[in-house]
Amino acid sequence: MIPHQELADALLTAYRTGEPVEPFTPRFPGATIEDAYRVQQLQVAAWLDDGDRIVGHKVGLASRAMQDMMGVNQPDFVHLTQRMFHLEHAPIPVGTFQQPRVEPEVAFILGRPLTGPGVSIADAIAAVDHVVPALEFVDSRISNWQIRIFDTVADNASSGGVVLGSRPTKLADVDLRLMGCNLFINGELRGTGAGGAVLGSPLNALVWLANTLGPMGVTLEPGHVVLPGSMTRAFDVAPGDSIVAHLAGLGSVTTYLAKEDQ
Amino acid sequence: MNDTPWTAQRLAEELLEAADTATSRTSVEAEWPELDLATAYRAQDAALDLRLARGEKLIGIKLGVTSRAKQKQVNIDTPNVAWLTDAMRLPAGEPVVVEEYIHPRAEPEIAFLLGRDLAGPGIGPETAMAAVDAVYAAVEIIDSRFAGYKFTVTDVTADNASSGRFVMGSVPASPFGLDLALEAVLVESGGEVIDSATGAAVYGNPAEALAFAANLLGERGHTLKAGWLVLTGGMTDAVPLTPGMSVSAQFSNLGSVTVRAQ
Repeated sequence: MIPHQELADALLTAYRTGEPVEPFTPRFPGATIEDAYRVQQLQVAAWLDDGDRIVGHKVGLASRAMQDMMGVNQPDFVHLTQRMFHLEHAPIPVGTFQQPRVEPEVAFILGRPLTGPGVSIADAIAAVDHVVPALEFVDSRISNWQIRIFDTVADNASSGGVVLGSRPTKLADVDLRLMGCNLFINGELRGTGAGGAVLGSPLNALVWLANTLGPMGVTLEPGHVVLPGSMTRAFDVAPGDSIVAHLAGLGSVTTYLAKEDQ
Repeated sequence: MNDTPWTAQRLAEELLEAADTATSRTSVEAEWPELDLATAYRAQDAALDLRLARGEKLIGIKLGVTSRAKQKQVNIDTPNVAWLTDAMRLPAGEPVVVEEYIHPRAEPEIAFLLGRDLAGPGIGPETAMAAVDAVYAAVEIIDSRFAGYKFTVTDVTADNASSGRFVMGSVPASPFGLDLALEAVLVESGGEVIDSATGAAVYGNPAEALAFAANLLGERGHTLKAGWLVLTGGMTDAVPLTPGMSVSAQFSNLGSVTVRAQ
């Protein structure tokens, strides 16, 4: 038996103290992906009890390279809660993250509910109200990012924070698959990519998410934010770093991590 | 073993012979430590003279090692420039016959057709772009004459920057209003997305690469001519080609180029 609540509590403690936990996988080699999602749900339940609220979802492991690294053949997901969101151009306080890495994404804002299974690309397109450029901070409560698939899913799919850009664009006005993306950290070009790096198209990630959550009784709600996955690899960031992503046709999104003495 | 002393001329003859016979060799600099960059370019020019003497036509130039990521990978801190002749052109639809190469790899590139002469030094990206008549998608089939692509900066420069063949896209685009730094390419093989990048991966911007080439050639007394093609450098990692494989590069605004290996 996997002690779901004990693992959830260990991760919740790690969030509070900033002290990472040792990887779970060596202790529980037989743990399944379902066990990992159970651990994840227990933490989300604790946050909701504490007054946080669910405002969307993110898809992780959206590239073949990341899936191969984790030894899986599908993405993973997690709930996004209101407290994970930071405003553009506002400093993210020291201590918000433990081992942050940044990823450029295109965020979907839904206008209509989307309930799987059976969701098609056409359904997904119809449900999206608009898209905005986004920066996602991934983070790990597991020591030194020594994660296998069970660890990362249990640890809320290594989620950290989200910064959304403020200019909405309609889906019809942009080709998300062939949209270019440049990521700059402290003014230096670090990563480039195209939307198609995300499961062939970011919309594929939205379809996958709706069809995966549907059978669990979860609907993607109007107003919810969906982060489909990164267009580049993730890059380590530290206090004092400023980060900008430029997305062709969508504009840019900017954030920075406060310095130690701010 | 050849006992004659190394000269730029001997280097040109040996590397052209290696290209003609698809034979690889080891580093020249290892045998000829005095080989410097100026001598390497003289060898490149001598190889061009040999090509012209047998009837090939000079039709443009290419840049190599323009991406900072690539520069770090091969430990070379500046791009190099090399010659393109009509014999290096692979008509669209013609297969890449792998056995005609040593170890061919495909790279998506942004290419320029010059409408005016461009003579450095002192050229900036704006002046460089004013000489560009049209922008094209391209795929370059690179092929180093050095085993395992193990070479020094002088080796690869003398080797015409690993030139092999190149395939041009068929749709000319106006450079005006085109954001080349955010022009994306999605690289697919067998229908699967394997890589993506933008023009920013090319020396910050392909316009900067063109200016760099004009200035470097200007110092050597050469002018870029109206009607020449300029291949600005690989945007992604080069994809090794094996028989039966197809690689497609789809650009945001420049159309697509597909190569098929047999």
